[in-house]
Amino acid sequence: MRRLQAALEDFGGMIFFAFEAVAWAFRPPFRPWLILTQMAFIGAGSVFIVGVTGTFSGMVLALQGNYAMKQFAAEGYVGGSVALALARELAPVLTALMVTGRAGSAIATELGTMRVTEQIDAMDSMAVNPIQYLVVPRVIAALLMFPALTMVFNLLGYLGAYVMGIYVARIPVGPFIEHTRTFLVTGDIGHGLLKAVLFGLVVAVITCWRGYSATGGSRGVGEGTTRAVVSSSIGILVVDYALTLFSVGT
Amino acid sequence: MIQVRDLWKSFGGNQVLKGITLSIPRGQTYVVLGGSGSGKTVLMKHVIGLFRPDRGTVTVNGVQITGLEGKALTEARRVFGMVFQGAALFDSMTVYDNVAFPLRERGHSPTPELVREKVLAKLKVVDLGDEVLERFPAELSGGMRKRVALARALVSDPQVVLYDEPTTGLDPITTDYVDGMIVAAKQKLGVTSMVISHDVASAFKVADRLAVLYDGRLAAEGTPAEVKASTDPYVQRYLSTWFQKQ
Repeated sequence: MRRLQAALEDFGGMIFFAFEAVAWAFRPPFRPWLILTQMAFIGAGSVFIVGVTGTFSGMVLALQGNYAMKQFAAEGYVGGSVALALARELAPVLTALMVTGRAGSAIATELGTMRVTEQIDAMDSMAVNPIQYLVVPRVIAALLMFPALTMVFNLLGYLGAYVMGIYVARIPVGPFIEHTRTFLVTGDIGHGLLKAVLFGLVVAVITCWRGYSATGGSRGVGEGTTRAVVSSSIGILVVDYALTLFSVGT
Repeated sequence: MIQVRDLWKSFGGNQVLKGITLSIPRGQTYVVLGGSGSGKTVLMKHVIGLFRPDRGTVTVNGVQITGLEGKALTEARRVFGMVFQGAALFDSMTVYDNVAFPLRERGHSPTPELVREKVLAKLKVVDLGDEVLERFPAELSGGMRKRVALARALVSDPQVVLYDEPTTGLDPITTDYVDGMIVAAKQKLGVTSMVISHDVASAFKVADRLAVLYDGRLAAEGTPAEVKASTDPYVQRYLSTWFQKQ
């Protein structure tokens, strides 16, 4: 019972923290260079890992799709089905999980270390709000960069699928491209990008909160980072399910 | 002028402060002595509004800090500079950027030339020159980090400076140097200072008034001579270790 109460208090604290970050985002001074720095860290710094994950996911999907579709002599549908799966589901979810592992853990560790070494208190004592200085730029950067990285995943994933489908599985180019055009509409990409924006919000708020509320020295920072990654990953999956249910129904 | 009235604070079931009342006149240095875990840092963090009391008030220059939150609290903190126990320098920034931080980030947008002038002046006050400007905190000794922290605390010309264990972990020569800086900050800049310490020698060197914190209460309070003459058994035991060495 006590653990449940502590968990609810922690969740309430995180929600309050998120609202506070939103409120501080609209108050001067605005610090665009901090947002750019975080965009470089979360976005540019994650392009490689997201690109590799996207390329291999697309390649595997094409081979598996070809294996399945061959049973019905429907190999031409591989391009369309891969594109659809990437755009609506795999690109936003896998991108978010990879960025959580790379950038989310680093955010939780950095803020946690700043908390336990009193750097956040020092900022407070200098009349500089730490939520505005540390959290707001990370949240804004995540909101902008998660969709951008999702598009990188989409493009490289489809490219990987194309190479595997056309040059390895020997699927004819015409049906591969044609069924992609038929299956994939702008709304599918929009659906994936909407998910990416919400995943960015979830990951940024959770990882910042875990770092910001860290206690107990280096061990507390380590525990906070672990909880940040686990909570963010679960949050991504729960939000993904809710959005998919809302979008396509049962 | 800092006034603390009937301050109570507990964490979980642990009652840390039990009705602290004290007053620090403008321009004076007030030292709070006490053993480890006696609540000294908790008391100081209430003064700057980093903690909220369960009961009681803290008033600084007529502004009740304990009643403020959000932007109002941030504004009220502009009168403070604080030196943290571990210096609390931003480890991702150079010495220059650390000292310049309060000037750049408080929203006044001073010119880079003015920032540089003030940063160099304050680093000179703590006897640090150009050679440290581009170094990161990890590249500095403990004494140098404390001096940079003091320069950062003084750079925005605060009315009140709070020192949390300023001499802990320093060698005797650096300790003497830091004591001198606290006295100089009071004499040259006229700041009101609150020093949290367990270093009796330093406390008697810099204090206008002293208090000894024990079990969440002030066991003794007054001028150094008055505290030295206290008949409280804990105060006697606490001070005797140092006086015997003398």
